[in-house]
Amino acid sequence: MPLRLLKYAVSREHPAPRFFRDCTEPKKTYDAVIIGGGGHGLAAAYYLAKDHGITNVAVLEKGYIGGGNTGRNTTIVRSNYLTPEGVNFYNASVKLFEDLSEELDLNLFYSNRGHFTLAHTDSAMRTMRWRAEVNKHVGVESYVVGPDEISKACPQLDISCSGQAPILGALYHAPGSVARHDAVAWGYAKEADRMGVEIFQSTEVTSIDVKSGKVVGVQTNKGYISTNRVLSAVAGFTPRICEMVDIETPIVIHPLQACVTEPMKPWLDTILVSGSLHVYVSQSSRGELVMGSSLDPYEIHSTRSSLDFVEGLTSHITDMFPFLGNVKVVRQWAGMADLTPDFAPIMGKTEVEGFYIDAGWGTWGFKATPISGKTMAETIARDMAPDMIKSFRLSRFEDYELTGEKGAASVGH
Amino acid sequence: MTLRIAEQENEWINRDMPLTFEYEGQQIEAYEGDTISSALWAADIKVLGRSFKYHRARGLLSFANHDVNALMTDGVDTNIRADVIPVTHNMQLTAVNTDGGVIKDKGRYIDKISAFLPVGFYYKTFHKPKWMFPFWEDKIRKAAGLGEVNFNYPRITRAKRYAHCDVLVVGAGASGLSAALEAAEAGSQVILVDENRKIGGSLTYDMATDVNTGSLLKQLTENVLNHANIQVIADAYAGGYYTDHLVPIVEKRGITKVRAGTVIVASGAFEQPPVFRYNDLPGVMLSSAAQRLVNRYSVKPFTKGVLVTANDYGYRAALDLAAAKVEIVAVIDMRQTGAEGDLTEKVKQAGIAVHLGSCIYEVVPSSDKLGVSAVIVCPYNEATAEADLHQQVVLNCDGVAMSAGWAPAAALLYQAGTQMRYDQAVQQFVPNQLPEGVFAAGKVNGIFELEQRLLDGKRAGAEAARYLGKSTADPVAVMAHRGNSPSHPYPIVNHPKGKNFVDFDEDIQVKDFINAAKEGFDNIELMKRFTTVGMGPSQGKHSNMNAIRILARIRDLPVEKIGSTTARPFFHPTPIGHLGGRGFHPHRHTAMHEWHVKEGGVMMEAGVWLRPAYYLPLGINLTSQQAVQQEAMAVRKSAGMIDGSTLGKIEVFGKDAAAFLERFYTGKFASQKVGNSRIAMLLDEAGVIVDDGVAVRLDQDKFYVSTNSSNAATVYREMQRNLQLWGMQVTLVNLTGVMSAMTLAGPSSRSILSELTDLDLLEEAFPQGAYREALVAGVKARVMRVAFVSDLAFEIHVPSSAGLHVWQKIMEAGKTYGLRPFGTDAQRLLRLEMGHHLISHDTDGLTNPFEAHAESLVAMDKAFFIGQRSLKILQKKPVKKKLVTFVLDADFGELPKECNLVIEKGEIAGRVTSISFSEYVNRVIGFAFVLPEQAKAGHRFAIRTDSGRIEMAEVVEHSFLSLNQG
Repeated sequence: MPLRLLKYAVSREHPAPRFFRDCTEPKKTYDAVIIGGGGHGLAAAYYLAKDHGITNVAVLEKGYIGGGNTGRNTTIVRSNYLTPEGVNFYNASVKLFEDLSEELDLNLFYSNRGHFTLAHTDSAMRTMRWRAEVNKHVGVESYVVGPDEISKACPQLDISCSGQAPILGALYHAPGSVARHDAVAWGYAKEADRMGVEIFQSTEVTSIDVKSGKVVGVQTNKGYISTNRVLSAVAGFTPRICEMVDIETPIVIHPLQACVTEPMKPWLDTILVSGSLHVYVSQSSRGELVMGSSLDPYEIHSTRSSLDFVEGLTSHITDMFPFLGNVKVVRQWAGMADLTPDFAPIMGKTEVEGFYIDAGWGTWGFKATPISGKTMAETIARDMAPDMIKSFRLSRFEDYELTGEKGAASVGH
Repeated sequence: MTLRIAEQENEWINRDMPLTFEYEGQQIEAYEGDTISSALWAADIKVLGRSFKYHRARGLLSFANHDVNALMTDGVDTNIRADVIPVTHNMQLTAVNTDGGVIKDKGRYIDKISAFLPVGFYYKTFHKPKWMFPFWEDKIRKAAGLGEVNFNYPRITRAKRYAHCDVLVVGAGASGLSAALEAAEAGSQVILVDENRKIGGSLTYDMATDVNTGSLLKQLTENVLNHANIQVIADAYAGGYYTDHLVPIVEKRGITKVRAGTVIVASGAFEQPPVFRYNDLPGVMLSSAAQRLVNRYSVKPFTKGVLVTANDYGYRAALDLAAAKVEIVAVIDMRQTGAEGDLTEKVKQAGIAVHLGSCIYEVVPSSDKLGVSAVIVCPYNEATAEADLHQQVVLNCDGVAMSAGWAPAAALLYQAGTQMRYDQAVQQFVPNQLPEGVFAAGKVNGIFELEQRLLDGKRAGAEAARYLGKSTADPVAVMAHRGNSPSHPYPIVNHPKGKNFVDFDEDIQVKDFINAAKEGFDNIELMKRFTTVGMGPSQGKHSNMNAIRILARIRDLPVEKIGSTTARPFFHPTPIGHLGGRGFHPHRHTAMHEWHVKEGGVMMEAGVWLRPAYYLPLGINLTSQQAVQQEAMAVRKSAGMIDGSTLGKIEVFGKDAAAFLERFYTGKFASQKVGNSRIAMLLDEAGVIVDDGVAVRLDQDKFYVSTNSSNAATVYREMQRNLQLWGMQVTLVNLTGVMSAMTLAGPSSRSILSELTDLDLLEEAFPQGAYREALVAGVKARVMRVAFVSDLAFEIHVPSSAGLHVWQKIMEAGKTYGLRPFGTDAQRLLRLEMGHHLISHDTDGLTNPFEAHAESLVAMDKAFFIGQRSLKILQKKPVKKKLVTFVLDADFGELPKECNLVIEKGEIAGRVTSISFSEYVNRVIGFAFVLPEQAKAGHRFAIRTDSGRIEMAEVVEHSFLSLNQG
């Protein structure tokens, strides 16, 4: 029993303070306004305060903090991407995640499980090797393994996938982890608040005030705020916010869905992903299987669940784990994924001075939370994007300088 | 001791069919029709499980499929819900999540240290120092979870059924039955679904000595079961509501997907517990659970009990229990005002004392802490939720039934997009604005009085019929609720020592909410996530409403301002095997499939198709590598044939056919001569190569276009899509499965083919790129000269019905020439020797024509084609990478693999996309992406192998055939 829990038993009053203040009335002016109180927005606020000493910051959240894709993703953290830019970026994020519980003094249940991307076809094996080679080159521990090694890590997995899609091998990614997603948002909120950042929930931005190409303020349902630096970190709502400053992005919105089962005793220690079967699965510390699939094939601005999704996913899950037939799905949900044409995010400055963008995370960007916060904070503080995210700039779509994360998706199936 | 009582009027058990089973090693007698919980309760076994977090002993709570603390395993299945699953003969059950038996569970120590485990405790510790976390995590993971998964559980593949109906009625209680009858009478086809084994809802257990209930139930049941327009599905639940009235009905045998014209939700309400200290002890249960026990299973909930209530339903339950000769010590009414009508009088006549304005301050546990020995009753202050300890009364009893109110079973309504409002008259969320084609009736609609529920069902049935145009009658009027509210606005009793449980799944007490709010989680969604209220397997069915009430009071806001968390599918946890169904893995076979298998073809998946990768003929001892080399060598030396039926084949015809292809593909087609073929390369909007096929001009306005096997569906879909956009006069016919195709290749191919056709095959008459129609082996065929695997090759397309015939005839004719079939592996090698790249093998999701030596296929001077705008921009920019053909140094040490990197000055310069040893060339040859400056013939570059070795390779001209040293 850790000593830290003692005080809860001995004190008469609950000895824990608020994570963050109950801010209701925004001030007239802030040095920076962050739209979106998800993980990314709160992390940006935290690093603005911590790394750059900019604490006169307001985070404006339409609903409640962490209520968007931060609370809907399947909590996987990894850096086994395909492009060197992607691998470097996500590797930096993994490194920040590893120390984040201590830094925020909140247990994020950051759990290093190891991550297998299963390959069922020759072409998938090729992509795995490609990713492994790039990862190795950048110094990230990923390598191609055979069925035996997969079986060793997960003896319950049917390597033949019920004869439907025999597993030929996998990309093993040692740093692959899961974390408690909500807590990441809460932890950043807590520490940002402690340094002076003000977090406003139920606060919606209705317009952004731009004068001669520069941001001068935002209009909210709680009044006008003047500021000359605004960060948009709103995932699926990016097109709506960008419309306010007359910026076009190539982002399209597709629903992405997930589900969980009833809790069961721990048996699945690794994180498994299968591109061919469109499945990713891990077991939470509560014992639930957390499962997701590929993006819904249609563009729609909705978080409604579909039966199709859960039928397809569970069918494929039983190919992998035939014994799960009577394990029950408790809940399914959906979020809005903001997709870019090259599957890489959009980060950095825009043509409107003082308007910064953090978007295009596709499958929700949970794993990038710390590094996106850190690099966006630097971008805002210096009005200049750090080298690490330069290839993610919005203008790349006009310049035809795409970042090829789509490469993996295209040849992976 | 048995708690089973004499036969009740409408009991669900079959006393003629006794059975025995085992629970925790103990033999139990039961009847067919018992659920596990009713059978155990009848045998006076009350510890049915341990709670998830604190491992507290738990018994019955709802008896309505949310008793998540009574989960069992029979060694095969896990997390069996004892409250609803029927008991069967010889079942051997134990409670899940216990160590050392349910009574002596070693985990029960956690309850003793619960003061150290405040809400969200796991966020506050275990992370410093970092290296200790894996230790704690292991402990936490093992403590969490419910049942163990059985890894030997058989694979379940349950077929799905599909059904359509005019009206789907969810819930066969009074309002649902009435709604179904009304809609059916109006001529609608009705499906009526109920999760109970028998229909009737609360009519089957909530009698309150009203003799008419039984006859009403009988009459409604008969009318419904005998109605030609009504199909009843009992023992099944509506899993969720999905767009356009799609509702999966989950039965034991599998799922029926119902697409309804309209949906009437008459799903009733879940009874909610009042919250007081030790309201979780075995023996304390909801009144409706006690009524179900008595009236359905003829089991006493206790021998001597107390009824605590905050509405009139507790009185009804008291009457039901008294009628079954259960001793009721008192009715404790938390309200000052008491019950309406003659309920109080009836209860008093039954010899039961009524304590108004009182509450149970706490339950006194029995000495073994596994049951109830008494309750402490105090005056209750409704405004402060405090008990007045100055006037304590101790009532000895062995059980408590509790009523505090109801929460609507509105999950389906929420999923359909219903806007709800909080109704003060019933202290409940009720529909405010229903979506089109969705109706609500009965308790879920805030209608509680039986007469009015029947009317409300009639109204909803009529409205549904009218919505469908089956009726024009005006629906009957229903009276809004009057009098005492069925739900108490705040049925909570504060206690300084806590253990007054709100969420029994997750062991959440009142103070947990208060403390969570103190820590800033004072929004219902944040509170849910921080406390985990409603996140257990019962999904908040008995806890969400109290959580909302508590938060409203903490924040001093009206309940409607707090709102509700989102109710997501599924209504009850639903088995993976049911949802997954039989699985659907379609494979396509070509017309020659059986032939390939017979000849030793090793089949590989190619998209949905199965194709021979190579052949290992019976009786011949070959490695796969040898087989591939021999097959390829046959093509080079004599002849080989491959089944190309998987190619996409699309006929494009109509006035604008040529113009359409000009827009769709990069090349020129307007000038193409009839009887000729041209490469058809498709780009996406960004200028990336998507596909390359061949377009043959059959006639002035008729083309026959092939695509790569893997792209057949994509290209056809894109053609259709663009046709819509462009509005051209073109018709598309997808012939992919209709036509078989085979490529006969190699120096002897002409001689072989000439034996089966009159067609002039000589070079001058039938040159490279030409197309002819002729009889081949007596079958009308489309023949073209293509040079993908060999300079001399004929691609022969015939109707699939004749595919095998033609294939066999050619194989026969070729026998004397040494003709062999070859598979996709040899094809890959052969095209590599020819210097042809494969789209999406040698190219990736960003490769444009300038990078893949495909400029010659792009007619930039055309007015428009897909991707042209992007190419115009790309044209002005320096190329970043180039696809080249290479030969590996002969003295290499480790054979590189595809996707090994090309390294230049320590950095990534590109990658190997294809690599193979060619026996014909006698060298390892391949394709690679390299930097533009490395792309000249003769340039040497470095490849890093799996083990980190550097192997050198040299860029060569396109075709390797010139390197043939044989």
